[in-house]
Amino acid sequence: MNAVAAKATNTDFVLAVEGLTVSFDGFKAVDDLSFYVDEKEIRVIIGPNGAGKTTVLDLICGRTKATSGSVKFRNKELTTLKEHEIVKAGVGRKFQNPSIYEDLTVFENLELCYPRGRNVFGALFFKRDAKVISKVREVAEMINLKDELESQADLLSHGQKQWLEIGMLLIQDPDLLMLDEPVAGMSVTERKQTAELLRRITNDRSVIVIEHDMQFVAEIADHVTVMHQGKILAEGSAEKVKQDPKVIEVYLGH
Amino acid sequence: MSNFSLKNMMTRQDVLGFLVLAILLLVIMPLSMDIIRLTQFGKYLSFAFVAVGLVLCWGYGGILSLGQGVFYGLGGYALAMFLKLEASSPENTAIQSTPGIPDFMDWNRITELPWFWEPFNSFTFSVLAILIVPTIFAYFIGFAMFKRRVGGVYFAIITQAISAILTILIIGQQGYTGGVNGITDLRTLLGWNIRSDYASYVFYFVCVALLFVCLFIAQFITKSKLGRILVAMRGQEDRVRFSGYDVANFKIFVFCVGAAFAAVGGAMFTLQEKFMSPSFVGIVPSIEMVIFCAVGGRLSILGAVYGAIVVNVAKTYFGESFPELWLFAMGALFIGVVLAFPDGLAGVYQKYCAPTVDRFLDKAPVFKRYSGDSSYSPSEPAKAS
Repeated sequence: MNAVAAKATNTDFVLAVEGLTVSFDGFKAVDDLSFYVDEKEIRVIIGPNGAGKTTVLDLICGRTKATSGSVKFRNKELTTLKEHEIVKAGVGRKFQNPSIYEDLTVFENLELCYPRGRNVFGALFFKRDAKVISKVREVAEMINLKDELESQADLLSHGQKQWLEIGMLLIQDPDLLMLDEPVAGMSVTERKQTAELLRRITNDRSVIVIEHDMQFVAEIADHVTVMHQGKILAEGSAEKVKQDPKVIEVYLGH
Repeated sequence: MSNFSLKNMMTRQDVLGFLVLAILLLVIMPLSMDIIRLTQFGKYLSFAFVAVGLVLCWGYGGILSLGQGVFYGLGGYALAMFLKLEASSPENTAIQSTPGIPDFMDWNRITELPWFWEPFNSFTFSVLAILIVPTIFAYFIGFAMFKRRVGGVYFAIITQAISAILTILIIGQQGYTGGVNGITDLRTLLGWNIRSDYASYVFYFVCVALLFVCLFIAQFITKSKLGRILVAMRGQEDRVRFSGYDVANFKIFVFCVGAAFAAVGGAMFTLQEKFMSPSFVGIVPSIEMVIFCAVGGRLSILGAVYGAIVVNVAKTYFGESFPELWLFAMGALFIGVVLAFPDGLAGVYQKYCAPTVDRFLDKAPVFKRYSGDSSYSPSEPAKAS
């Protein structure tokens, strides 16, 4: 496909997606897709609506089962695992609409995602000890919600909900973080704060981001993958992709 | 900061609610009613076990089961089978063509005790069976449904079908189950006459004690992280998977707990009413149990107890005067509660009484150490109206 694909045999990648295909009643939402994400890389996926961006994340995190192809995370095949097993392997996913637990407080939301006591009896006898509390406080501080710990989550603003969901991922401490439009619907200030937050949290892990805001993309991306009709249209740095005539035609040109 | 201390498990409103209920059930009711009425009240309490289980399954877990009568019945039948065998000693049944087997088997020309009745000669086995048989049955139903991600209305319909099937099975296999009459004419428990007034008092207090055991277990579950996972699951089931939890296992667990509670309730019914019949297994009683829970408040374990009491008292008085109208009244009650008071009696208490009670508690020195944490809990006690 391009230069990256030539390194296919290399197993040093955090994530290796190869020949990934999913079809819904004959419609191929993702069609023979291959891409690789490096250690500590920030990969941004862009593309017009219906290109299959969100479906790719769904396939990686197990929400949708692939028709064929493979997804390897640190050389571990993910396509046969269940959602919670993929989470345990170290993949975290943030959804497009902020999906948080609205009936619970911010503290409880974060606590629930703390990676301990994940089976039935572990959860029943889970102890809220000093370690959990300090970790929750630390994450809350990072996502600007340390004064909201006791608020019920549905009372937060839209931007705060997005941050909370990012926080819920951070406390899981995943090696691969997948974010679906993290700044959608945010004000300019919130956007800036989020970009800053993302820069801080992406230091020690790999990240896949879906985003439309090209300015934001240019700010954070190491690599950009452009998708169109379930396939990869172009790949490279933000600058290079912006100049690509094909990309301009299907995506940027309007 | 331990999760297992009283303070973390109960807010002061919870403590007050438990105390009020304990005084009501242990002091006021026994002193104000004769033994016949008290036993009848004990029967209402046996339904409260089911309602408390439904608070966990339905209110917290979002799993609406319309088949709790199955577990209530299995628990009740397990005990009734033991008591029936004890009542069917060869001396007691000497006039039968086959002495030593339950009378209904003799009437159906069965000449030998069926194999699955044999273990119920043992008291220990029977007590274990009350808890274990319904729980295992719930586990299989839960495993088959929740692992396949069957939920919501589909699950409700399937549980309803199971309760219909079990009723048909019991009625159809008259020789093995006592048929539509159920298992009747129970006399002694380990040689002790269960029909005396003294025994009735003992059974009532055993029933209350076991109800409080279930209430404490339910309280512990709702206040644990598991309780919060259930609440999270109710709204955002998918998201819980991506927080690293196997959602099906949590549903199976809470469904099994609900089944075990219902089974204990069924056994308490058998003990106090001295019979068990398929009329407590089928679709109508199962739906009634959901109504007890809805009237009490889906999110309040104490509310469920009051819901079971209030609806049953109404059923007894109203149902005795206008038997043909009662089912309509019950339907109307259910619709009315869901529309006007979605949180049931507990919701009404929470809205109108709790603030006043809170102010009062602020002044009461006993509750001082609990101050300040009362607004935190989703499950608050309700008072009987």
